[in-house]
Amino acid sequence: MTDTIFINARLIDPVALTDQTGAIRVTDGKISEVTENGARPKDANVVDCAGMCLAPGIVDIGVKVSEPGERHKESFRSAGRAAAAGGITTIVTRPDTLPAIDTPETLEFVERRAQQDAPVHVLPMAALTKGRDGREMTEIGFLQDAGAIAFTDCDRVVTNTKVFSRALTYARSLDALVIAHVQEPILSDGAAATSGKFASLRGLPAVSAMAERMALDRDISLLEMTGARYHADQITTARALPALERAKRNGLHITAGIGIHHLTLNELDVSDYRTFFKLKPPLRSEEDRNAVVQAVADGLIDIISSMHTPQDEESKRLPFEEAASGAVALETLLPAALRLYHAEQIDLPRLFRALSLNPSKLLRRPGGRLQKGAPADLVLFDPDAPFQLDRSRLLSKSKNTPFDGARMQGKVLGTWVDGTRIWGDG
Amino acid sequence: MTFRQRHLLGIEPLHPSEIATLLDLADSYADQNRRGVQHKDVLAGLTQINMFFENSTRTQASFELAGKRLGADVMNMGMQASSIKKGETLIDTALTLNAMHPDLLVVRHPHSGAVDLLAQKVNCAVLNAGDGRHEHPTQALLDALTIRRAKGRLHRLSIAICGDIAHSRVARSNIMLLGKMENRIRLIGPPTLMPTGIGAFGVEVFEDMAEGLKDVDVVMMLRLQKERMDGGFIPSEREYFHRYGLDAAKLRHAKPDAIVMHPGPMNRGVEIDGNIADDINRSVIQEQVEMGVAVRMAAMELLARNLRAKPQEVMA
Repeated sequence: MTDTIFINARLIDPVALTDQTGAIRVTDGKISEVTENGARPKDANVVDCAGMCLAPGIVDIGVKVSEPGERHKESFRSAGRAAAAGGITTIVTRPDTLPAIDTPETLEFVERRAQQDAPVHVLPMAALTKGRDGREMTEIGFLQDAGAIAFTDCDRVVTNTKVFSRALTYARSLDALVIAHVQEPILSDGAAATSGKFASLRGLPAVSAMAERMALDRDISLLEMTGARYHADQITTARALPALERAKRNGLHITAGIGIHHLTLNELDVSDYRTFFKLKPPLRSEEDRNAVVQAVADGLIDIISSMHTPQDEESKRLPFEEAASGAVALETLLPAALRLYHAEQIDLPRLFRALSLNPSKLLRRPGGRLQKGAPADLVLFDPDAPFQLDRSRLLSKSKNTPFDGARMQGKVLGTWVDGTRIWGDG
Repeated sequence: MTFRQRHLLGIEPLHPSEIATLLDLADSYADQNRRGVQHKDVLAGLTQINMFFENSTRTQASFELAGKRLGADVMNMGMQASSIKKGETLIDTALTLNAMHPDLLVVRHPHSGAVDLLAQKVNCAVLNAGDGRHEHPTQALLDALTIRRAKGRLHRLSIAICGDIAHSRVARSNIMLLGKMENRIRLIGPPTLMPTGIGAFGVEVFEDMAEGLKDVDVVMMLRLQKERMDGGFIPSEREYFHRYGLDAAKLRHAKPDAIVMHPGPMNRGVEIDGNIADDINRSVIQEQVEMGVAVRMAAMELLARNLRAKPQEVMA
């Protein structure tokens, strides 16, 4: 196979935290050389990046592909194409399907479907407890052997602390990663908003932002007990940050993520009960949003995800309290994240540290880096190109994005997986 | 004279001048209702559908009577028994209704925002008869008219709203309306029944009745829902009555001529002492019911006028 060389690229390096012009040579699907911008070699395919940004492809933890069970909402084909269009080269899928991915057999189904239909890498997660019921742990060992990259009950909290502590202990013996949702489940039961002036004005059942810290505090205590590898899926409130910081400082194996919507929207965006803005956890105050943006810039919150959650029109066209939660975001993850760059809150290398490098490190994968030997999973994008989002043009089967009609910046010009172009002309 | 709304979804979007317009018209209807004057021509030829997704006798009867007094064809749809139970979504219900071409749609729904959602999907004028914990605009308007008639004005009054503020759409609409008309609002209730962040609404919050009722002109009691009584939000009915029920001793802290209001239906001996409720010198509870019909007549007339006007004359 002929080498490919990317020249005149603005290289976004999340390891060195640099943003400078250079070139990258790709040999056999791997990065073989990172150099200063050189001449056009004769012996290789040349991609002239024309000064646009070249970054490691996004690794998106927590994508819901609605197979099996609800293929009308999203399939591996549609999710894979949407990911490619969004500059995402690895999707880490959630097990909250129908049925839940809680046996090696169902996991195998997911792997087969992904293999057939998705142009991007798909790393499936499996449920931590059977049926995500929070009662009995799944066959963590078998599932791990079958390829489960992490274990999570998604947005369901394992309420029974005894069950959760045993699952964490068992997972530690296999060095398995456990991903948890941090919301005190009883306090947040039935809530559709974050309590405060806005929820009171709109008369929506609400939960205190403190419910997140309570759940995180419990889980941190369990980590001290068990020593497991743990990732909190979404830390969205200022009050949870000191606890996270302390736990990290104490050397626990803890990392934290956040969904893109909680970084770019706040509770006021719900406005007149717009259900596309109903998320789990609910959108927070502007103070919380600013605090978590800063935490991502500082590296305290490690990972930004899309938390891609397809919902059909029927489940969203309901009164706010009854409507389903979640939003699609594979295609809007990068442009939305670039809002933070354009607002000068986070620079591009730090953005890709959270989008690509940190998730790769957490999953112990070689990607997420612009280094010799790393897989050539790459995204080429124009960070400035303006556009107005039209949800009907999304590639996802479900169109439930809160950014419909929003003015955004950032266009993906090309996406490469293992050196093969899967998106863009050329 | 201004009233530029297409729907009456809440007090929040109303301008004080629109509130005044509506109350003036309702005031004249109240007088004429007493004299038995007929107005069958006002809504003649218009169809009014009352759609109640939540139990209501009083509000539904009041809207029905108001429509009939103005000559509308009124139809009641008990939505609890209807297709909602068969799995039809609110939007489908709205589209079905729309195809019947009603002119006025009166809606009550147990979820906040549901009436707004419905209003987006139909072509007729929508009146919110209460949505979840959000708003109950005609209740606030009838309360305002009752106060205005009893006190001779609707500004610079000190008004206490007492009880379950957190779950009350009546409280929200009243806070909004009385605030817009520049009154001093005091909220009194146990902290478990007080919404978070309520201090930001320009109100004073009290946990003690005696303190909160001090020198107020109006005492507005709220109904405490039965399901909130047992241990969840308050320890017991009797402790609630002892601390927050309105009796003669607590009422003595208010001004000597303070009026007592209640949106009904009352729980005598829970939030209000029966003797206070029946005291014709203090209680205006019966008058509230009377004003309810007049306010709903006025609201429907104004919306019907806008409905008949050319679209560009009415702000959406």
